[in-house]
Amino acid sequence: MKLFELNIEEAHQGLVEKEFTSEELTQAVLEQIEKKDKDIFAYLTVTPELALKKAKEIDAGIARGDQIHPLAGIPLAVKDNILAEGIKCTAGSKILENYIAPYNATVIEKLKEVGAIIVGKTNLDEFAMGSSGENSALRPTKNPYDLERVPGGSSSGSAAAVASNQCICALGSDTGGSIRQPAGFCGVIGLKPTYGAVSRYGLIAMASSLDQIGPVTKTVKDAKIVFEVIRGKDPLDSTSVESNVQNLKSNIQNLRIGIPKECFSEGIDRKVEKVVKEAIDKFVKLGASVEEVSLPHLPYSLASYYIIMPSEASANLARYDGIRFGFTKTNPKFQNPSNKTQNLIDGYFKTRGEGFGEEVRRRIMLGTYALSAGYYEAYYLKAQKVRALIKEDFNKVFSKIDILLMPTSPTLPFKLGEKTKDPLSMYLSDIYTVSINLAGLPGLSIPCGKINNLPVGLQIIGKPFSEELLFQVGQIFEQSNT
Amino acid sequence: MISKKEVQHIAKLARLSLTPKEAKKMEKELSSVLDYIDKLKEINTDDIQPISQITGLKNVIRNDEKYEKYEVKKERIKIRNKLLKLAPETKDGYLKVKSIIKKTTKNK
Repeated sequence: MKLFELNIEEAHQGLVEKEFTSEELTQAVLEQIEKKDKDIFAYLTVTPELALKKAKEIDAGIARGDQIHPLAGIPLAVKDNILAEGIKCTAGSKILENYIAPYNATVIEKLKEVGAIIVGKTNLDEFAMGSSGENSALRPTKNPYDLERVPGGSSSGSAAAVASNQCICALGSDTGGSIRQPAGFCGVIGLKPTYGAVSRYGLIAMASSLDQIGPVTKTVKDAKIVFEVIRGKDPLDSTSVESNVQNLKSNIQNLRIGIPKECFSEGIDRKVEKVVKEAIDKFVKLGASVEEVSLPHLPYSLASYYIIMPSEASANLARYDGIRFGFTKTNPKFQNPSNKTQNLIDGYFKTRGEGFGEEVRRRIMLGTYALSAGYYEAYYLKAQKVRALIKEDFNKVFSKIDILLMPTSPTLPFKLGEKTKDPLSMYLSDIYTVSINLAGLPGLSIPCGKINNLPVGLQIIGKPFSEELLFQVGQIFEQSNT
Repeated sequence: MISKKEVQHIAKLARLSLTPKEAKKMEKELSSVLDYIDKLKEINTDDIQPISQITGLKNVIRNDEKYEKYEVKKERIKIRNKLLKLAPETKDGYLKVKSIIKKTTKNK
Protein backbone atom coordinates (compact mmCIF):
# COMPACT_ATOMS: atom_id res chain seq x y z
CA MET A 1 0.00 0.00 0.00
CA LYS A 2 1.24 3.47 -0.91
CA LEU A 3 1.61 6.00 1.91
CA PHE A 4 -0.97 8.40 0.41
CA GLU A 5 -3.56 5.62 0.37
CA LEU A 6 -3.53 5.29 4.15
CA ASN A 7 -6.35 6.51 6.37
CA ILE A 8 -5.77 8.52 9.57
CA GLU A 9 -5.67 5.49 11.85
CA GLU A 10 -3.20 3.58 9.66
CA ALA A 11 -0.99 6.61 9.09
CA HIS A 12 -0.92 7.35 12.83
CA GLN A 13 0.11 3.80 13.59
CA GLY A 14 2.89 3.99 11.00
CA LEU A 15 4.17 7.23 12.52
CA VAL A 16 4.10 5.90 16.08
CA GLU A 17 5.81 2.65 15.09
CA LYS A 18 8.39 4.66 13.11
CA GLU A 19 7.69 2.78 9.87
CA PHE A 20 7.83 6.15 8.10
CA THR A 21 8.09 9.81 9.04
CA SER A 22 5.52 12.57 8.70
CA GLU A 23 7.85 14.18 6.17
CA GLU A 24 7.76 11.04 4.02
CA LEU A 25 3.98 10.81 4.36
CA THR A 26 3.53 14.50 3.49
CA GLN A 27 5.95 14.19 0.58
CA ALA A 28 3.99 11.20 -0.74
CA VAL A 29 0.73 13.18 -0.59
CA LEU A 30 2.35 16.20 -2.29
CA GLU A 31 3.66 13.96 -5.09
CA GLN A 32 0.19 12.49 -5.53
CA ILE A 33 -1.20 16.05 -5.84
CA GLU A 34 1.48 16.83 -8.41
CA LYS A 35 0.51 13.75 -10.38
CA LYS A 36 -3.28 13.76 -10.06
CA ASP A 37 -4.49 17.29 -9.65
CA LYS A 38 -3.87 18.49 -13.19
CA ASP A 39 -6.83 16.28 -14.14
CA ILE A 40 -9.01 16.61 -11.05
CA PHE A 41 -8.51 20.26 -9.95
CA ALA A 42 -9.28 19.57 -6.31
CA TYR A 43 -6.89 22.24 -5.05
CA LEU A 44 -6.85 26.01 -5.42
CA THR A 45 -3.70 26.47 -3.34
CA VAL A 46 -1.06 23.92 -2.33
CA THR A 47 1.36 24.84 0.49
CA PRO A 48 4.30 22.37 0.22
CA GLU A 49 6.92 24.44 2.12
CA LEU A 50 4.65 25.14 5.08
CA ALA A 51 3.51 21.51 5.16
CA LEU A 52 7.01 19.98 5.03
CA LYS A 53 8.32 22.41 7.67
CA LYS A 54 5.51 21.43 10.02
CA ALA A 55 6.01 17.72 9.25
CA LYS A 56 9.68 17.95 10.26
CA GLU A 57 8.65 19.51 13.58
CA ILE A 58 6.30 16.60 14.24
CA ASP A 59 9.02 14.11 13.29
CA ALA A 60 11.40 15.78 15.74
CA GLY A 61 8.78 15.34 18.46
CA ILE A 62 8.30 11.68 17.62
CA ALA A 63 12.09 11.16 17.66
CA ARG A 64 12.18 12.73 21.14
CA GLY A 65 9.62 10.19 22.26
CA ASP A 66 6.62 12.57 22.51
CA GLN A 67 3.15 11.09 22.76
CA ILE A 68 1.38 12.25 19.62
CA HIS A 69 -2.27 12.92 18.84
CA PRO A 70 -3.87 10.67 16.16
CA LEU A 71 -3.91 13.70 13.83
CA ALA A 72 -0.32 14.80 14.45
CA GLY A 73 1.71 14.71 11.25
CA ILE A 74 -1.35 13.84 9.14
CA PRO A 75 -1.76 15.74 5.81
CA LEU A 76 -5.08 17.56 5.77
CA ALA A 77 -6.86 19.56 3.03
CA VAL A 78 -9.06 22.54 3.91
CA LYS A 79 -12.00 23.91 1.94
CA ASP A 80 -11.12 27.35 0.68
CA ASN A 81 -13.85 29.13 2.65
CA ILE A 82 -12.14 28.35 6.00
CA LEU A 83 -9.45 30.83 7.03
CA ALA A 84 -5.88 29.64 7.69
CA GLU A 85 -3.63 32.53 8.64
CA GLY A 86 -1.17 33.68 5.98
CA ILE A 87 -2.69 31.47 3.27
CA LYS A 88 -4.89 32.78 0.47
CA CYS A 89 -8.62 32.22 1.04
CA THR A 90 -10.73 32.83 -2.05
CA ALA A 91 -14.09 31.17 -1.32
CA GLY A 92 -13.83 30.23 -5.01
CA SER A 93 -14.74 33.82 -5.89
CA LYS A 94 -13.19 36.56 -7.97
CA ILE A 95 -14.15 39.04 -5.26
CA LEU A 96 -11.65 37.36 -2.87
CA GLU A 97 -9.08 36.15 -5.41
CA ASN A 98 -6.19 37.91 -3.67
CA TYR A 99 -7.44 37.77 -0.08
CA ILE A 100 -4.85 36.49 2.42
CA ALA A 101 -6.46 35.21 5.63
CA PRO A 102 -5.41 37.51 8.52
CA TYR A 103 -6.28 34.95 11.21
CA ASN A 104 -7.08 31.28 11.81
CA ALA A 105 -10.57 29.83 11.98
CA THR A 106 -11.14 28.15 15.35
CA VAL A 107 -11.18 24.71 13.69
CA ILE A 108 -7.75 25.45 12.12
CA GLU A 109 -6.43 26.67 15.48
CA LYS A 110 -7.58 23.38 17.05
CA LEU A 111 -6.19 21.18 14.28
CA LYS A 112 -2.83 22.97 14.35
CA GLU A 113 -2.67 22.53 18.09
CA VAL A 114 -2.81 18.74 17.74
CA GLY A 115 -0.23 18.83 14.93
CA ALA A 116 -2.28 18.26 11.76
CA ILE A 117 -0.47 19.32 8.56
CA ILE A 118 -2.32 21.61 6.13
CA VAL A 119 -1.27 20.69 2.58
CA GLY A 120 -3.58 23.06 0.75
CA LYS A 121 -6.92 24.74 0.20
CA THR A 122 -9.57 22.98 -1.86
CA ASN A 123 -11.85 24.11 -4.63
CA LEU A 124 -15.54 24.85 -4.07
CA ASP A 125 -18.60 26.39 -5.64
CA GLU A 126 -18.28 30.15 -5.22
CA PHE A 127 -19.12 31.05 -1.60
CA ALA A 128 -20.20 27.41 -1.15
CA MET A 129 -23.23 28.02 -3.38
CA GLY A 130 -23.76 25.02 -5.61
CA SER A 131 -24.17 21.26 -5.82
CA SER A 132 -21.63 20.36 -8.49
CA GLY A 133 -18.45 22.36 -7.99
CA GLU A 134 -19.08 24.05 -11.35
CA ASN A 135 -19.77 27.45 -9.77
CA SER A 136 -16.11 27.86 -8.79
CA ALA A 137 -14.95 31.12 -10.38
CA LEU A 138 -11.61 29.47 -11.10
CA ARG A 139 -12.33 26.04 -12.61
CA PRO A 140 -14.60 23.07 -11.94
CA THR A 141 -13.34 20.03 -10.00
CA LYS A 142 -13.80 16.61 -11.66
CA ASN A 143 -15.11 13.41 -10.09
CA PRO A 144 -12.17 10.99 -9.58
CA TYR A 145 -14.46 8.07 -10.53
CA ASP A 146 -15.27 9.61 -13.93
CA LEU A 147 -13.60 12.80 -15.11
CA GLU A 148 -16.62 13.73 -17.23
CA ARG A 149 -18.80 13.87 -14.15
CA VAL A 150 -19.14 16.35 -11.29
CA PRO A 151 -17.84 15.52 -7.80
CA GLY A 152 -20.85 17.20 -6.19
CA GLY A 153 -20.68 20.42 -4.21
CA SER A 154 -20.08 22.72 -2.74
CA SER A 155 -17.17 20.92 -0.97
CA SER A 156 -16.16 19.58 -4.38
CA GLY A 157 -12.39 19.81 -3.90
CA SER A 158 -12.38 18.31 -0.40
CA ALA A 159 -14.39 15.23 -1.44
CA ALA A 160 -12.43 14.75 -4.69
CA ALA A 161 -9.09 15.18 -2.87
CA VAL A 162 -9.96 12.50 -0.28
CA ALA A 163 -11.30 10.14 -2.97
CA SER A 164 -8.15 10.50 -5.12
CA ASN A 165 -5.74 10.17 -2.16
CA GLN A 166 -4.51 13.74 -2.54
CA CYS A 167 -4.80 14.12 1.24
CA ILE A 168 -5.47 11.79 4.16
CA CYS A 169 -8.52 13.75 5.32
CA ALA A 170 -10.22 17.08 4.68
CA LEU A 171 -12.53 19.74 6.07
CA GLY A 172 -15.67 20.86 4.29
CA SER A 173 -18.65 23.02 5.14
CA ASP A 174 -22.32 22.11 4.83
CA THR A 175 -25.23 24.57 4.55
CA GLY A 176 -27.72 22.38 2.68
CA GLY A 177 -25.76 19.24 1.83
CA SER A 178 -22.36 20.62 0.79
CA ILE A 179 -20.37 17.99 2.73
CA ARG A 180 -22.72 15.00 2.41
CA GLN A 181 -23.68 15.25 -1.28
CA PRO A 182 -20.07 15.46 -2.62
CA ALA A 183 -19.00 12.75 -0.14
CA GLY A 184 -21.79 10.58 -1.59
CA PHE A 185 -20.79 11.38 -5.20
CA CYS A 186 -17.10 10.64 -4.49
CA GLY A 187 -17.58 7.50 -2.40
CA VAL A 188 -16.12 8.91 0.84
CA ILE A 189 -17.39 9.70 4.35
CA GLY A 190 -18.84 13.13 5.15
CA LEU A 191 -20.28 14.43 8.42
CA LYS A 192 -22.52 17.48 8.83
CA PRO A 193 -22.41 17.97 12.61
CA THR A 194 -25.33 19.17 14.75
CA TYR A 195 -25.78 22.93 14.38
CA GLY A 196 -23.65 24.56 17.09
CA ALA A 197 -21.41 21.53 17.66
CA VAL A 198 -18.50 23.08 15.74
CA SER A 199 -17.45 26.75 15.84
CA ARG A 200 -18.10 28.74 12.68
CA TYR A 201 -15.53 31.40 13.59
CA GLY A 202 -13.34 31.93 10.54
CA LEU A 203 -15.74 30.20 8.14
CA ILE A 204 -16.76 32.60 5.38
CA ALA A 205 -20.46 32.96 6.16
CA MET A 206 -23.15 31.90 3.71
CA ALA A 207 -26.33 31.22 5.73
CA SER A 208 -25.48 31.59 9.40
CA SER A 209 -28.37 29.60 10.87
CA LEU A 210 -27.49 26.60 8.67
CA ASP A 211 -23.68 26.58 8.12
CA GLN A 212 -21.53 23.94 9.84
CA ILE A 213 -17.93 22.79 9.30
CA GLY A 214 -17.32 19.04 9.24
CA PRO A 215 -14.88 16.30 8.21
CA VAL A 216 -14.53 14.46 4.89
CA THR A 217 -12.60 11.20 5.39
CA LYS A 218 -11.87 7.71 4.13
CA THR A 219 -13.41 5.86 7.09
CA VAL A 220 -16.09 6.51 9.72
CA LYS A 221 -13.52 6.18 12.51
CA ASP A 222 -11.47 8.94 10.84
CA ALA A 223 -14.50 11.24 10.74
CA LYS A 224 -14.89 10.67 14.49
CA ILE A 225 -11.20 11.50 15.11
CA VAL A 226 -11.46 14.83 13.24
CA PHE A 227 -14.86 15.71 14.71
CA GLU A 228 -13.65 15.21 18.27
CA VAL A 229 -10.84 17.70 17.69
CA ILE A 230 -12.93 20.44 16.06
CA ARG A 231 -16.10 20.25 18.20
CA GLY A 232 -16.88 22.30 21.30
CA LYS A 233 -18.04 25.70 22.48
CA ASP A 234 -16.04 28.67 21.26
CA PRO A 235 -16.32 32.13 22.82
CA LEU A 236 -15.76 33.55 19.32
CA ASP A 237 -18.95 31.91 17.98
CA SER A 238 -21.87 32.69 20.28
CA THR A 239 -24.06 30.05 18.57
CA SER A 240 -21.64 27.24 19.42
CA VAL A 241 -22.49 24.96 22.32
CA GLU A 242 -20.62 22.44 24.42
CA SER A 243 -21.74 18.93 23.61
CA ASN A 244 -21.05 16.00 25.85
CA VAL A 245 -19.10 13.14 24.39
CA GLN A 246 -21.49 10.28 24.80
CA ASN A 247 -19.95 7.06 25.90
CA LEU A 248 -22.55 4.73 24.56
CA LYS A 249 -22.33 1.18 23.41
CA SER A 250 -25.11 0.71 20.95
CA ASN A 251 -26.36 -2.72 20.20
CA ILE A 252 -27.62 -3.16 16.68
CA GLN A 253 -30.39 -5.46 17.94
CA ASN A 254 -31.81 -2.62 20.02
CA LEU A 255 -31.52 -0.08 17.25
CA ARG A 256 -34.78 1.36 15.93
CA ILE A 257 -34.38 2.67 12.39
CA GLY A 258 -36.91 4.84 10.58
CA ILE A 259 -37.25 5.15 6.82
CA PRO A 260 -39.13 8.30 5.75
CA LYS A 261 -41.65 7.20 3.15
CA GLU A 262 -41.53 10.67 1.53
CA CYS A 263 -37.97 9.91 0.35
CA PHE A 264 -38.87 7.34 -2.22
CA SER A 265 -41.89 9.04 -3.75
CA GLU A 266 -40.80 11.14 -6.71
CA GLY A 267 -37.71 12.31 -8.53
CA ILE A 268 -35.40 9.54 -7.31
CA ASP A 269 -33.34 7.54 -9.78
CA ARG A 270 -34.74 3.98 -9.48
CA LYS A 271 -31.24 2.48 -9.59
CA VAL A 272 -30.18 4.67 -6.65
CA GLU A 273 -33.35 3.68 -4.81
CA LYS A 274 -32.54 -0.01 -5.30
CA VAL A 275 -28.98 0.31 -3.91
CA VAL A 276 -30.20 2.34 -0.91
CA LYS A 277 -32.97 -0.19 -0.19
CA GLU A 278 -30.44 -3.04 -0.33
CA ALA A 279 -28.34 -1.16 2.23
CA ILE A 280 -31.41 -0.80 4.45
CA ASP A 281 -32.05 -4.55 4.10
CA LYS A 282 -28.53 -5.16 5.35
CA PHE A 283 -29.44 -3.40 8.60
CA VAL A 284 -32.47 -5.68 8.91
CA LYS A 285 -30.21 -8.73 8.42
CA LEU A 286 -27.86 -7.39 11.07
CA GLY A 287 -30.80 -7.44 13.48
CA ALA A 288 -32.01 -3.84 13.63
CA SER A 289 -35.70 -3.10 13.65
CA VAL A 290 -36.66 -1.03 10.62
CA GLU A 291 -39.97 0.75 10.21
CA GLU A 292 -41.48 3.20 7.79
CA VAL A 293 -42.08 6.66 9.24
CA SER A 294 -43.59 9.86 7.90
CA LEU A 295 -42.11 13.36 7.74
CA PRO A 296 -45.12 15.06 6.15
CA HIS A 297 -43.40 18.42 5.56
CA LEU A 298 -40.23 16.94 4.03
CA PRO A 299 -41.45 17.64 0.47
CA TYR A 300 -41.56 21.35 1.38
CA SER A 301 -38.06 21.56 2.84
CA LEU A 302 -36.33 22.58 -0.39
CA ALA A 303 -38.81 25.44 -0.99
CA SER A 304 -38.36 26.66 2.59
CA TYR A 305 -34.57 26.34 2.28
CA TYR A 306 -34.47 28.36 -0.95
CA ILE A 307 -36.02 31.31 0.90
CA ILE A 308 -34.13 31.10 4.19
CA MET A 309 -30.66 30.40 2.75
CA PRO A 310 -30.64 33.20 0.13
CA SER A 311 -32.14 35.65 2.65
CA GLU A 312 -29.33 35.03 5.11
CA ALA A 313 -26.75 34.95 2.31
CA SER A 314 -27.89 38.28 0.86
CA ALA A 315 -27.31 39.87 4.28
CA ASN A 316 -23.97 38.10 4.86
CA LEU A 317 -22.62 39.04 1.44
CA ALA A 318 -23.40 42.73 1.95
CA ARG A 319 -19.90 43.00 3.45
CA TYR A 320 -18.23 42.69 0.03
CA ASP A 321 -18.29 46.38 -0.73
CA GLY A 322 -14.86 46.88 -2.31
CA ILE A 323 -13.86 49.16 0.56
CA ARG A 324 -12.54 47.04 3.42
CA PHE A 325 -11.07 44.01 1.64
CA GLY A 326 -11.28 42.05 -1.57
CA PHE A 327 -11.78 43.01 -5.17
CA THR A 328 -12.61 46.62 -5.94
CA LYS A 329 -13.65 48.07 -9.23
CA THR A 330 -13.13 51.65 -10.18
CA ASN A 331 -14.54 52.63 -13.49
CA PRO A 332 -13.44 55.88 -15.09
CA LYS A 333 -16.89 56.18 -16.61
CA PHE A 334 -18.32 56.83 -13.19
CA GLN A 335 -15.80 59.43 -12.19
CA ASN A 336 -17.10 62.78 -11.31
CA PRO A 337 -15.15 65.21 -13.49
CA SER A 338 -15.47 68.10 -11.04
CA ASN A 339 -13.36 66.51 -8.30
CA LYS A 340 -11.88 63.42 -9.96
CA THR A 341 -13.36 61.07 -7.39
CA GLN A 342 -15.67 58.18 -7.91
CA ASN A 343 -19.15 58.13 -6.56
CA LEU A 344 -19.56 55.70 -3.62
CA ILE A 345 -22.68 53.93 -4.81
CA ASP A 346 -21.36 53.39 -8.33
CA GLY A 347 -18.34 51.68 -6.79
CA TYR A 348 -20.67 49.24 -5.01
CA PHE A 349 -22.59 48.41 -8.18
CA LYS A 350 -19.47 47.80 -10.22
CA THR A 351 -17.50 45.91 -7.58
CA ARG A 352 -20.36 43.57 -6.72
CA GLY A 353 -21.69 43.22 -10.25
CA GLU A 354 -18.31 42.10 -11.57
CA GLY A 355 -16.85 40.43 -8.48
CA PHE A 356 -19.70 37.95 -7.90
CA GLY A 357 -20.48 35.08 -10.24
CA GLU A 358 -23.88 34.18 -11.64
CA GLU A 359 -25.14 31.84 -8.93
CA VAL A 360 -24.06 34.18 -6.13
CA ARG A 361 -25.85 37.09 -7.78
CA ARG A 362 -28.93 34.91 -8.26
CA ARG A 363 -29.06 34.04 -4.57
CA ILE A 364 -28.43 37.63 -3.45
CA MET A 365 -31.31 38.71 -5.70
CA LEU A 366 -33.61 35.96 -4.41
CA GLY A 367 -32.79 36.79 -0.78
CA THR A 368 -33.16 40.53 -1.27
CA TYR A 369 -36.52 39.92 -2.94
CA ALA A 370 -37.77 37.65 -0.13
CA LEU A 371 -36.79 40.20 2.50
CA SER A 372 -38.03 43.29 0.67
CA ALA A 373 -41.08 45.29 1.68
CA GLY A 374 -44.30 43.60 0.64
CA TYR A 375 -42.78 40.13 0.27
CA TYR A 376 -41.32 39.51 3.72
CA GLU A 377 -44.45 37.88 5.14
CA ALA A 378 -45.37 35.92 2.03
CA TYR A 379 -41.87 34.46 1.66
CA TYR A 380 -39.46 34.82 4.57
CA LEU A 381 -41.94 34.52 7.43
CA LYS A 382 -43.79 31.70 5.67
CA ALA A 383 -40.51 29.80 5.15
CA GLN A 384 -39.63 30.20 8.84
CA LYS A 385 -43.02 28.79 9.85
CA VAL A 386 -42.53 25.82 7.54
CA ARG A 387 -39.07 25.39 9.07
CA ALA A 388 -40.77 25.10 12.48
CA LEU A 389 -43.07 22.40 11.09
CA ILE A 390 -40.15 20.47 9.60
CA LYS A 391 -38.31 20.57 12.92
CA GLU A 392 -41.46 19.35 14.68
CA ASP A 393 -41.77 16.44 12.20
CA PHE A 394 -38.28 15.28 13.13
CA ASN A 395 -38.94 15.73 16.88
CA LYS A 396 -42.00 13.50 16.62
CA VAL A 397 -40.22 10.79 14.65
CA PHE A 398 -37.25 10.76 17.02
CA SER A 399 -39.54 10.05 19.98
CA LYS A 400 -39.97 6.51 18.67
CA ILE A 401 -36.89 5.75 16.61
CA ASP A 402 -33.10 6.23 17.08
CA ILE A 403 -31.90 7.02 13.59
CA LEU A 404 -33.24 7.73 10.11
CA LEU A 405 -31.80 6.30 6.92
CA MET A 406 -32.19 8.20 3.66
CA PRO A 407 -30.44 8.44 0.30
CA THR A 408 -27.85 11.24 0.30
CA SER A 409 -28.78 12.28 -3.21
CA PRO A 410 -31.62 11.38 -5.61
CA THR A 411 -29.26 10.75 -8.53
CA LEU A 412 -25.82 9.44 -9.44
CA PRO A 413 -23.03 11.96 -10.12
CA PHE A 414 -24.18 13.80 -13.24
CA LYS A 415 -22.18 15.05 -16.22
CA LEU A 416 -20.44 18.43 -16.18
CA GLY A 417 -22.72 21.00 -17.78
CA GLU A 418 -25.80 18.80 -17.43
CA LYS A 419 -27.60 21.03 -14.90
CA THR A 420 -25.90 24.42 -15.25
CA LYS A 421 -28.51 25.77 -17.66
CA ASP A 422 -31.40 25.25 -15.27
CA PRO A 423 -30.73 26.46 -11.69
CA LEU A 424 -33.85 24.74 -10.31
CA SER A 425 -32.76 21.29 -11.53
CA MET A 426 -29.42 21.87 -9.78
CA TYR A 427 -31.22 22.90 -6.55
CA LEU A 428 -33.18 19.63 -6.63
CA SER A 429 -29.88 17.73 -6.09
CA ASP A 430 -30.15 18.78 -2.43
CA ILE A 431 -33.69 17.52 -1.87
CA TYR A 432 -32.64 14.92 0.77
CA THR A 433 -30.03 17.00 2.56
CA VAL A 434 -31.48 20.48 3.16
CA SER A 435 -34.09 19.41 5.74
CA ILE A 436 -31.30 18.22 8.04
CA ASN A 437 -29.77 21.72 8.09
CA LEU A 438 -33.16 23.36 8.61
CA ALA A 439 -33.72 21.12 11.65
CA GLY A 440 -30.10 21.47 12.83
CA LEU A 441 -29.55 17.71 13.01
CA PRO A 442 -26.33 15.73 12.47
CA GLY A 443 -26.07 13.75 9.22
CA LEU A 444 -23.42 11.27 8.15
CA SER A 445 -23.07 10.18 4.52
CA ILE A 446 -21.39 6.83 3.90
CA PRO A 447 -20.85 4.92 0.64
CA CYS A 448 -23.40 2.10 0.31
CA GLY A 449 -22.75 0.68 -3.14
CA LYS A 450 -21.97 1.49 -6.76
CA ILE A 451 -23.79 1.58 -10.07
CA ASN A 452 -21.51 1.28 -13.13
CA ASN A 453 -18.56 2.22 -10.93
CA LEU A 454 -20.32 5.40 -9.69
CA PRO A 455 -20.75 5.66 -5.89
CA VAL A 456 -24.09 5.90 -4.07
CA GLY A 457 -24.33 7.56 -0.66
CA LEU A 458 -26.47 6.59 2.32
CA GLN A 459 -27.39 9.24 4.87
CA ILE A 460 -27.63 8.40 8.57
CA ILE A 461 -29.48 11.06 10.56
CA GLY A 462 -29.82 11.35 14.31
CA LYS A 463 -31.13 13.58 17.08
CA PRO A 464 -29.14 16.72 17.93
CA PHE A 465 -25.73 15.82 19.36
CA SER A 466 -26.04 12.12 18.58
CA GLU A 467 -22.87 12.05 16.45
CA GLU A 468 -21.45 9.20 18.53
CA LEU A 469 -24.40 6.98 17.63
CA LEU A 470 -24.05 7.90 13.94
CA PHE A 471 -20.37 6.88 14.03
CA GLN A 472 -21.21 3.54 15.67
CA VAL A 473 -23.97 2.74 13.20
CA GLY A 474 -21.74 3.85 10.32
CA GLN A 475 -18.92 1.63 11.50
CA ILE A 476 -21.20 -1.38 11.85
CA PHE A 477 -22.32 -0.89 8.23
CA GLU A 478 -18.76 -0.26 7.06
CA GLN A 479 -17.52 -3.48 8.68
CA SER A 480 -20.39 -5.54 7.28
CA ASN A 481 -19.16 -4.58 3.80
CA THR A 482 -15.57 -5.70 4.23
CA MET B 1 -43.41 35.43 -11.36
CA ILE B 2 -41.25 38.48 -11.13
CA SER B 3 -41.37 41.43 -13.52
CA LYS B 4 -38.52 43.17 -15.30
CA LYS B 5 -39.19 46.29 -13.23
CA GLU B 6 -38.97 44.28 -10.00
CA VAL B 7 -35.67 42.70 -11.10
CA GLN B 8 -34.23 46.16 -11.66
CA HIS B 9 -35.53 47.41 -8.32
CA ILE B 10 -34.11 44.39 -6.42
CA ALA B 11 -30.74 44.70 -8.18
CA LYS B 12 -30.62 48.29 -7.02
CA LEU B 13 -31.43 47.33 -3.42
CA ALA B 14 -28.76 44.59 -3.54
CA ARG B 15 -26.19 46.96 -5.11
CA LEU B 16 -25.59 44.73 -8.13
CA SER B 17 -25.07 46.06 -11.62
CA LEU B 18 -26.79 43.92 -14.26
CA THR B 19 -26.53 44.32 -18.01
CA PRO B 20 -29.91 44.25 -19.84
CA LYS B 21 -29.09 40.72 -21.02
CA GLU B 22 -28.26 39.58 -17.47
CA ALA B 23 -31.44 41.20 -16.15
CA LYS B 24 -33.53 39.33 -18.68
CA LYS B 25 -31.94 36.00 -17.76
CA MET B 26 -32.39 36.80 -14.06
CA GLU B 27 -36.08 37.53 -14.62
CA LYS B 28 -36.61 34.12 -16.19
CA GLU B 29 -34.57 32.18 -13.63
CA LEU B 30 -35.98 33.89 -10.55
CA SER B 31 -39.51 33.38 -11.85
CA SER B 32 -38.98 29.66 -12.22
CA VAL B 33 -37.53 29.36 -8.68
CA LEU B 34 -40.33 31.51 -7.22
CA ASP B 35 -42.93 29.33 -8.95
CA TYR B 36 -41.41 26.30 -7.25
CA ILE B 37 -41.34 28.10 -3.89
CA ASP B 38 -45.05 28.85 -4.25
CA LYS B 39 -45.75 25.28 -3.13
CA LEU B 40 -45.26 26.59 0.43
CA LYS B 41 -48.73 28.13 0.06
CA GLU B 42 -50.21 24.62 0.20
CA ILE B 43 -49.39 24.47 3.91
CA ASN B 44 -51.61 26.10 6.49
CA THR B 45 -49.32 27.93 8.93
CA ASP B 46 -51.92 30.10 10.69
CA ASP B 47 -51.06 29.10 14.26
CA ILE B 48 -47.39 28.32 13.74
CA GLN B 49 -44.65 30.32 15.46
CA PRO B 50 -41.80 31.00 13.02
CA ILE B 51 -38.27 29.95 13.99
CA SER B 52 -35.12 31.70 12.87
CA GLN B 53 -32.67 29.28 14.47
CA ILE B 54 -32.83 25.90 16.13
CA THR B 55 -30.64 25.99 19.25
CA GLY B 56 -33.02 28.25 21.18
CA LEU B 57 -30.15 30.43 22.39
CA LYS B 58 -31.08 33.99 23.28
CA ASN B 59 -29.05 37.18 22.96
CA VAL B 60 -25.52 36.11 23.82
CA ILE B 61 -23.80 39.39 24.61
CA ARG B 62 -20.39 40.26 25.95
CA ASN B 63 -19.77 42.67 28.81
CA ASP B 64 -19.45 46.27 27.75
CA GLU B 65 -15.95 46.84 29.06
CA LYS B 66 -13.27 49.32 28.21
CA TYR B 67 -9.92 47.88 27.22
CA GLU B 68 -7.52 49.78 29.48
CA LYS B 69 -4.62 47.40 29.65
CA TYR B 70 -1.64 48.45 27.61
CA GLU B 71 -1.00 44.90 26.28
CA VAL B 72 -4.61 44.61 25.11
CA LYS B 73 -4.45 47.99 23.41
CA LYS B 74 -1.16 47.11 21.76
CA GLU B 75 -2.61 43.80 20.51
CA ARG B 76 -5.65 45.59 19.10
CA ILE B 77 -3.50 48.09 17.22
CA LYS B 78 -1.58 45.17 15.74
CA ILE B 79 -4.81 43.53 14.57
CA ARG B 80 -6.08 46.84 13.19
CA ASN B 81 -2.96 47.34 11.11
CA LYS B 82 -3.17 43.78 9.82
CA LEU B 83 -6.77 44.29 8.71
CA LEU B 84 -6.03 47.68 7.18
CA LYS B 85 -3.44 46.04 4.94
CA LEU B 86 -6.28 44.11 3.27
CA ALA B 87 -8.12 47.26 2.25
CA PRO B 88 -7.82 48.54 -1.31
CA GLU B 89 -7.27 52.14 -0.15
CA THR B 90 -6.33 53.60 3.24
CA LYS B 91 -5.22 56.98 4.53
CA ASP B 92 -3.69 57.81 7.93
CA GLY B 93 -4.82 54.51 9.43
CA TYR B 94 -8.38 54.80 8.13
CA LEU B 95 -10.25 53.18 5.26
CA LYS B 96 -10.61 55.47 2.31
CA VAL B 97 -14.15 55.73 0.99
CA LYS B 98 -15.30 57.23 -2.27
CA SER B 99 -16.91 60.64 -2.06
CA ILE B 100 -20.49 60.82 -0.89
CA ILE B 101 -21.01 64.57 -0.69
CA LYS B 102 -19.95 66.81 -3.51
CA LYS B 103 -17.09 69.13 -2.73
CA THR B 104 -18.08 72.79 -2.98
CA THR B 105 -16.01 75.87 -2.67
CA LYS B 106 -16.82 78.12 0.23
CA ASN B 107 -18.48 81.40 -0.58
CA LYS B 108 -17.30 84.38 1.34
